Amino acid sequence: MTLSRRHLLAGGTLGAGAGAVAGGLGVASLRAAPAPPDTAADFGTATVAYHGPRQSGVTTEPPAHAAFVAFTLPAGTDRRALGRMMRLLSDDAARLTRGEPALGDTDAELAVLPARLTVTFGFGPGLYRAAGVKSPVTDLPAFRVDRLGPQWSGGDLLLQICAEDPLTVTHAQRMLIKDARPFAAVRWVQRGFRRSPGVQRTGFTQRNVLGQLDGTANPTGAVLDAAVWRPDGSTTLVLRRIRAEIEKWDLLSVGDKENAVGRRMISGAPLSGTNEHDEPDFAALDGSGLPSMPEHAHVTRAHVTEPALKILRRPYNYDEAPNAAGQPDSGLIFAAYQADIVRQYLPIQQRLAEKDLLNEWITPIGSAVFAIPPGCAASGWVGEEVLS
Amino acid sequence: MRFRTIVVVAAALVAGGLAACGDSATGTATAVPAAPPAAALTVKDPWVKAVDSGMTAAFGTLVNNTGGDVTVVGASSPVSPVELHEMAMQDGAMVMRPRAGGLVIKAGGTHVLAPGGDHLMLMKPSAAIRPGDELKFTLTLGDGGTVSFSAVAKPFAGAGESYAPSAMASMAP
Repeated sequence: MTLSRRHLLAGGTLGAGAGAVAGGLGVASLRAAPAPPDTAADFGTATVAYHGPRQSGVTTEPPAHAAFVAFTLPAGTDRRALGRMMRLLSDDAARLTRGEPALGDTDAELAVLPARLTVTFGFGPGLYRAAGVKSPVTDLPAFRVDRLGPQWSGGDLLLQICAEDPLTVTHAQRMLIKDARPFAAVRWVQRGFRRSPGVQRTGFTQRNVLGQLDGTANPTGAVLDAAVWRPDGSTTLVLRRIRAEIEKWDLLSVGDKENAVGRRMISGAPLSGTNEHDEPDFAALDGSGLPSMPEHAHVTRAHVTEPALKILRRPYNYDEAPNAAGQPDSGLIFAAYQADIVRQYLPIQQRLAEKDLLNEWITPIGSAVFAIPPGCAASGWVGEEVLS
Repeated sequence: MRFRTIVVVAAALVAGGLAACGDSATGTATAVPAAPPAAALTVKDPWVKAVDSGMTAAFGTLVNNTGGDVTVVGASSPVSPVELHEMAMQDGAMVMRPRAGGLVIKAGGTHVLAPGGDHLMLMKPSAAIRPGDELKFTLTLGDGGTVSFSAVAKPFAGAGESYAPSAMASMAP
């Protein structure tokens, strides 16, 4: 387990050796154990390719730590300034994700352990306005359940910085902000986390701070690609900060929690099934003749059958300091990727906002939308087709 | 984007009349792979400290790809007069000053230009150097050859060293 996980994480760098190791694992495990592998070093030096037709950090397996950094452009920003900014930031990202310091990096030693670092750039509607280009995304309509605060909402430019290590995220964030601030003001920063590497098998559905398995319905394989990517390699992001009303959630019995969600708390199985990935059966009845999947449960309301209408949930938990009374400030940084927000995300969100039992225990307090432009070649920069 | 623009115009090529082609080719930031046979000196990872006005400096790593020492005796840029500078202890304080005899890069070796060390000093930029701007430079070598490269301007808080234009006095930039 440890060995295979290690090689999975190392990705391309150890790819050639991974098959041989997997093939020999059974034999090796029968022998006297050699010196334990230096797994820490492998986690630290593992990289995710920055260059390519699509940006990394979207369908990439989400690493343990993330910072979402949004910026506001000052009035008068033009396309040329945006081009200068993005060439700088894209160059920084290319170097940092390789484990190399950025140009002029004053803490170069912090750059040498990329730990699967990805930097993903998002453009908000305001950036397209400044550039004089039609925006592929528009702000979401207001929803009845929203209690949005300006400190967590909107943004002209987004950096999604992800890595298996929080110090790596911190250094990349610092370097990128230093190069962005001549052009834009920091609007908000949201830091989030998932399970640390090695704690669970890669691809295992993670739990959120309410204890629910979160992301079971995510598309995979060809369905994932078709749902997320546009032909030009771009996609879109809806980022919602969703506060968990944990004090109220604590009052519920396990059965009540499961009815609100429509899944078992321990296994994540739909209430109509036995395993996490069983398709929910909305026609199934329970012993008392009522639908096994409650009509207004979260899964019932959010369920999408049509593959092209699915969305990719790539959420991170947040947990800020509790208040003096000990009440938590925790929740979910809900990141949803889809080719088309209006066609895929909005119908789901409208159903949830209209009626979702879970709304009693979650509150959207921040909201932003971004287009995720295509990736770039080694000789190019992210955003060049919009800004050059 | 990789800011690793490396354009080497060897003396022989200049003599052969290809300088004009070389100049026009430096207009983009695309890395131009040096021709395999003759790349006496290359400049890796060049960058410039952005400034609204006044002096600033360019940095990077000079790489000597030959079996003999290479000396950089001068530098120029369309945006500013340029001097080769070193940092040195003078009257008990670190100051920067013109480097006598130029920069010698040993055979097969590298020479780092960095804040706090040797650098190319832009003495009087003709306009603000904004973050993300691309600046062109030409180094002159001891044998009369030249090396052209393009460097990106970055916001940078450091590199505010005291300048000692003569051996007699130091003065803040």
